[in-house]
Amino acid sequence: MEHPLTQYIHPGCPPFDIREYEMTGGYAAVRKALGSMTPKEVQTLVKDSGLKGRGGAGFSTGIKWGVVPMDEHAPHPKYLIANADEMEPGTFKDRLLLEGNPHQLIEGMILAAYAIQAGVSFIFLRWAYKKAAQLLRRSIHEAYVAGFLGKNILGSGFSLEMYLHTGVGRYMCGEETALLNALEGKRATPRAKPPYPQISGLYGKPTIVNNVETLCNIPHIVNNGVEWFKGLSYSEDSGTKLYGVSGKVNNPGCWELPMGVTIRELIEEYAGGMKNGYQLKGVLPGGASTDFLTAEHLDIKMDFTDVQKAGSRLGTGTMVVMDDATCPVGFVHNLQHFFAQESCGWCTPCREGLPWVEKMLLSLEQGTGTAEDMELLEMHTHMLGPGNTFCALAPGAMEPLQSALKYFKDDFEKHISLHKCPYE
Amino acid sequence: MSTIYIDNKTYEVKQGKNLLEACLGLGIDVPYFCWHPALGSVGACRQCAVKVFKDENDTHGKLMMSCMENIKEGLRVSVADKTAQAFRSQVIEWLMTNHPHDCPVCDEGGSCHLQDMTVMTGHDYRRYHFKKRTYTNQYLGPFIHHEMNRCIQCYRCVRYYHDYAGGKDLNVFAAHNHVYFGREWDGVLQSPFSGNLAEVCPTGVFTDKTLREHYTRKWDLTTAPSVCQHCSVGCNTIAGERYEKVRCITNRFNSQINGYFLCDRGRFGYEFVNSANRITQPLVRHQAVEAVDEATLMGHMRKLLSGQTLIGIGSPRASVESNTALMQLVGRENFYQGISDNVGFIERRIVEVMQTGAVQPASLQDIQQSDAILVLGEDIWNTAPVMALSVRQSVLKTAAHQALEHNEGIPMWHDAAIHELVQHEKGFLANCTISASPLDEISTCVLRHAPDDLARLGFAIAHQLNGWLPRVLVDEDTLAYIIDIAVFLQQAKRPVIISGTSCYNEALIRAAFDIAVACKATGNEVRLAYVMPECNSMGLAMMQAPSFESAVLRTTREKNITAIVLENDLYRNVPALVADLFFNSVEHCIVLDSLNNPTTQQADILIPAATFAEGDGTLVNYEGRAQRFFQVFMPGHTTLRESWKWLLKMKAVRAGDTNNGVYHPEDVLAQAEQLLPQFAGISDSAPHHDFRINGQALPREPHRYSGRTAMLSNLAVSEPKPKQDDDSPFSFTMEGYPGMPPSPLIPFFWSPGWNSIQAVNKYQQEPGGALKNEQAGKLLFAYIPDAKPGYFKDIPEAFVVRNNKWLLFPQYHLFGSEELSAYAEGVRELSPEPYVALSANDAAQLGLGHGQTVTVKVFEQAYDLQVQIDSSLPNGLVLIPAGLQNMPVMNWNGYVSLIKGSGKP
Amino acid sequence: MITEKVNKGNEVKQQAHYLTDIERQFIDHEVSLVPHKSAAVIEALKIVQHQRGWISDDSVNAIAAYLQMSPAEVDSVATFYNLIFRKPVGRHVILVCDSISCYVMKYGDIYKALQEKLHIHFGETTSDQCFTLLPNACLGCCDHAPALMIDNDLYKDITVAMLDRILKQYT
Ligand SMILES: Cc1cc2nc3c(=O)[nH]c(=O)nc-3n(C[C@H](O)[C@H](O)[C@H](O)COP(=O)(O)O)c2cc1C
Ligand code: SF4
Ligand code: FES
Repeated sequence: MEHPLTQYIHPGCPPFDIREYEMTGGYAAVRKALGSMTPKEVQTLVKDSGLKGRGGAGFSTGIKWGVVPMDEHAPHPKYLIANADEMEPGTFKDRLLLEGNPHQLIEGMILAAYAIQAGVSFIFLRWAYKKAAQLLRRSIHEAYVAGFLGKNILGSGFSLEMYLHTGVGRYMCGEETALLNALEGKRATPRAKPPYPQISGLYGKPTIVNNVETLCNIPHIVNNGVEWFKGLSYSEDSGTKLYGVSGKVNNPGCWELPMGVTIRELIEEYAGGMKNGYQLKGVLPGGASTDFLTAEHLDIKMDFTDVQKAGSRLGTGTMVVMDDATCPVGFVHNLQHFFAQESCGWCTPCREGLPWVEKMLLSLEQGTGTAEDMELLEMHTHMLGPGNTFCALAPGAMEPLQSALKYFKDDFEKHISLHKCPYE
Repeated sequence: MSTIYIDNKTYEVKQGKNLLEACLGLGIDVPYFCWHPALGSVGACRQCAVKVFKDENDTHGKLMMSCMENIKEGLRVSVADKTAQAFRSQVIEWLMTNHPHDCPVCDEGGSCHLQDMTVMTGHDYRRYHFKKRTYTNQYLGPFIHHEMNRCIQCYRCVRYYHDYAGGKDLNVFAAHNHVYFGREWDGVLQSPFSGNLAEVCPTGVFTDKTLREHYTRKWDLTTAPSVCQHCSVGCNTIAGERYEKVRCITNRFNSQINGYFLCDRGRFGYEFVNSANRITQPLVRHQAVEAVDEATLMGHMRKLLSGQTLIGIGSPRASVESNTALMQLVGRENFYQGISDNVGFIERRIVEVMQTGAVQPASLQDIQQSDAILVLGEDIWNTAPVMALSVRQSVLKTAAHQALEHNEGIPMWHDAAIHELVQHEKGFLANCTISASPLDEISTCVLRHAPDDLARLGFAIAHQLNGWLPRVLVDEDTLAYIIDIAVFLQQAKRPVIISGTSCYNEALIRAAFDIAVACKATGNEVRLAYVMPECNSMGLAMMQAPSFESAVLRTTREKNITAIVLENDLYRNVPALVADLFFNSVEHCIVLDSLNNPTTQQADILIPAATFAEGDGTLVNYEGRAQRFFQVFMPGHTTLRESWKWLLKMKAVRAGDTNNGVYHPEDVLAQAEQLLPQFAGISDSAPHHDFRINGQALPREPHRYSGRTAMLSNLAVSEPKPKQDDDSPFSFTMEGYPGMPPSPLIPFFWSPGWNSIQAVNKYQQEPGGALKNEQAGKLLFAYIPDAKPGYFKDIPEAFVVRNNKWLLFPQYHLFGSEELSAYAEGVRELSPEPYVALSANDAAQLGLGHGQTVTVKVFEQAYDLQVQIDSSLPNGLVLIPAGLQNMPVMNWNGYVSLIKGSGKP
Repeated sequence: MITEKVNKGNEVKQQAHYLTDIERQFIDHEVSLVPHKSAAVIEALKIVQHQRGWISDDSVNAIAAYLQMSPAEVDSVATFYNLIFRKPVGRHVILVCDSISCYVMKYGDIYKALQEKLHIHFGETTSDQCFTLLPNACLGCCDHAPALMIDNDLYKDITVAMLDRILKQYT
């Protein structure tokens, strides 16, 4: 089993510096692409590889890049941004890549920037990743010194500046257009699409925002080609994926595995199964804004298509396991509290709907909820659906709620009939 | 045009619009909050959701925000769709979760966009049973009241105040459902366009504080279409009255002039009408009981009017009707403009160049649409505020158009996307004035010079545009700017040149004209605007009468003169010495005015004049646009009437005629046309008094007007006969034609289901566009496309700093410099204290610091004033605020000396 | 001349040299990286907060003046973000992750223990100004829940028993 993204990552050991990175084949892809490929060829390669964005939405990276204006009249500079905001509760995969192999990300960014002919790039890093910030700063410096960044990289005529930007806390900053506003020194409220960032992004210029994991895949695709990348996977979605498991399991953690391992394999083999005395009651397969799956779904493949078929989303691929001693109402209340707090306050449904949902869940949890609350919760899951709100935050928030109402209805109703939490 | 389908009906709509605008334009009600026709779309409130279908086979559809949906051929939508309806009413329910439901005590009640939208969506039952969040309110100054709990977070306030009007001190704070709209801390809103918040905010967060002082519901106001009296722009307003007090001024939309917005002087200056300083009864001085009734007054008048030589002193703030009536009474040769020679001279030049017809006057709409603007020597922020607001829109829009040249996909209405694309780019604006202005911040090019040098700059620009014109010697730096400005003006399609009278410099007028003519010769559609001092300065100037000084000269030579002074405080126009001389020389003096002032003190007979609220009249704005204002209410004081009525009566008395006949405004205007051909067409600036629709007059009161039978029941239980208006097509009641009146006769905006000011949409040809059958007054200067006027070629000498002498100019203040508005409490509060501003260099040379006192010697008089150091001011010039109450007239554009250290406070 | 209205309330008290040389240097650097000054405002807030612990009204004014923005514009941004403190905080800020994995792993117990030890709730500062206790969204180490962060130090797999030892390191 190949682990291209993590083969040189050894938790507990410091990551490679640039010399070690190069010795293990690092920056070969940059040499190859800048030396012998046109930007369009890099784009086509990535498109053909079938790489889908690892930031949650799973959109084809190559197609996304293909929208960037490439003619000589294209506005300039263009921007490339690595989305390292990772703030989705339950998600801790990008951290592994950032702390474990920063040069891999930098190399991916150089390649992506080359493909769209971006002149300036940013890493938008969440504030809490202090260690990653330190490592990235050092690595960017190394890359500059080695001539992989800056003017006329490797004599190719291609130039790229790279900056590290650390956030000041707001889940919204991870949403790609809100991220642009944050980078511009504004409130991180989302922007309307269209126009897409590829056309009018940072400072009104064409911009690509990609997730850290997405970008880390690029050097390997450039080095090894489309067929290799497709061959890594157990499923139709190519490549490997960083999967994580947290909750009451014996061995919580994050692993790079072929796309399409099953939930059961993840929980039972890699996470070492449930802790003694706990049963699995539900699982959020891809972070806080994905629908619950239950024990009956354990054998589905963790890829974009299959998880969707089962009624949820692969999301970030980092799952949160809910055990049978945890109250689903409290669990969902915790999630909705997070989403209500992190709503930016721009659009009505999200700003006003989520706090209402949160209050109803609290009241249910405390035993003062009513049957009407159930109806209103149900109503919110429809009314806060995709397209109704300005961005995907509220629809994401509704995913665990709507599935909890489906799978754990009894638990909700017990709270009403007993006037207290049955898990207490 | 595109064909679109709304609920399976076919419509033809314009391209380049969004679906919400299109629906509203078609008369289909779609509720909305965050969209505003002047502000564009951002898609935040989610109130305007409709279903959009891919094609005729798509039965499912997708919920879309209509304000964010571009009109394209074949678009299929449903407004009536059940899920869309449910969602829209859900949005209201969400907004209502925290709304205080305090409509009965809310100033917005009855004219509230939120109420209208709530009813429109059908939401009526509360299901949220948790605590509401509450906020602390802020003190925002004398004009705007703040009640944050009512906020529905539509962001319109910030988008208007910050983005549209450029105000810096109002914003949105915090996040999620704690967002707060207000200032950083309590304090006076710094933008002079803050009053518009009361109309922009869809609910009762920002409301008119002056209205609050004597609150009346919108439906209980008696209203009439009016024209702002506080500068030469002539913004259209609606004035509302109850119990003989003007209660508020609101914006009267007009696509050519003010659009949706007024300035705070225009909105809040109205309180002078209710001032304790009003003259309400005729006075005959020098007798035991001075207040007299009309019969006694006329008796006295007969004596003064017969036999004597009459001279009339006209007024730039009195209507064309009143000035004409005065001219008729005294005879054309005895009529004088009540303004000083130096201003009169400049105004005459303006009229002269506008009458060549060579260059089209620039309306505010033209300014907004222009793609390059040169301001030459006029501080428009303070002298014509809404013009400055329009200039800002030009700068923003031009930048947007430029950015869109490379991004055709983004529609102009997409405000958010435009902002992101444009960033800090600006269209071209050269602001060349004496001293700093808030407009500098959006200017491409800022130049500070003495007025003569500004005129030279202008001539130099004209020379750049047309090499045949004389060359002007300027230094190299300035030349670089000049070339820049000339290039921008030449490349622009619709450049606008703005100048005006406030620098007391006639060469500026000529220079601006030369630039405009030279621009026109390069083939672009140039327009020209000259800002004038008062609301009817242009109307008076067009009468082409001699200045006040000529009248003074005459009175010192001739005996037995009775002077009639029309609504004019001469002590504001000429030095006290000159005015005193005048009053000492005339035999008798009759003054008509609305407020007591130093001139009315001099009257032998003082006659109360109606203000815009109590009378009808016509004003000619800076463009030469004649516009009618209509009486709002009939005052209880029967002697309070329009000056022109008094003057016509006096004319009859003088002729020995007991029956002075009935005259209507249009009759007086027709006489003006006869007397002065330059006024041709002015009598048609508004429909005549006998205009009726279906035989019905137009009601000043909405049909929900309440308390009619109760209002005066403390005096008598029987309902008095409604007052009769013989001068206009309006009735003083709610009876009359219930439909939409022609545009100059709109007394209020209302439409079924639309009680708030947003009802304007229903009166427009398309949202944001011109009113249906809009007649925006009557333009009196005819444009003659192939007119070939000569250029002005005499160029003033460059300004040279003198030793121990400073050239004095007025600094206008939006609040305080204008005579009538200064009687409004809030305006007075925001007026500056007297000061003298000098350059940093001059102050240093004199050893003066900020706040120190210096003695300024003007006309042999000495004034102690506090020093303000103005680093933008060229050396050798000083500024003193213009027109402050209790400040004398200075010799503007004359030399003064400064004496340091009198020490007195 | 700009029409300055009379102001009531606590208007800008602009100290000439409020920002230190260090702060200015750092801010200047950030400004050099962006196309217009105001784009550096978040960085400026971070810089000043790093030096002073929190962002006071005076800091807002000073940053506004330095970046040619208005105080309201700066505060609009400052109040949006979770980690710009517009109220004074203690010498150390304890951020307790209250998101889902830590919820499952019972961060509530940790919070309760901290309340008892420090006698403060979320949003409060100890009377000796040593600690401010704040809830925080996911710290990104869900595999080691519950987690908390004090200043720049991350603590994972916390148990109540560990708290004393952790807190002791901060004075
Ligand atoms: C509320 C919200 C938060 C998000 N947070 C993140 C994040 O922290 N990291 C991330 O990579 N993508 C995040 N996304 C997704 C991004 O908007 C965007 O889709 C992604 O960065 C694109 O990268 P990809 O194409 O490589 O997946 C978030 C989306 C939403 C709606
Ligand atoms: S204060 Fe008024 S305008 Fe501003 S967001 Fe609230 S409701 Fe909208
Ligand atoms: S009006 Fe369309 S979203 Fe607000």
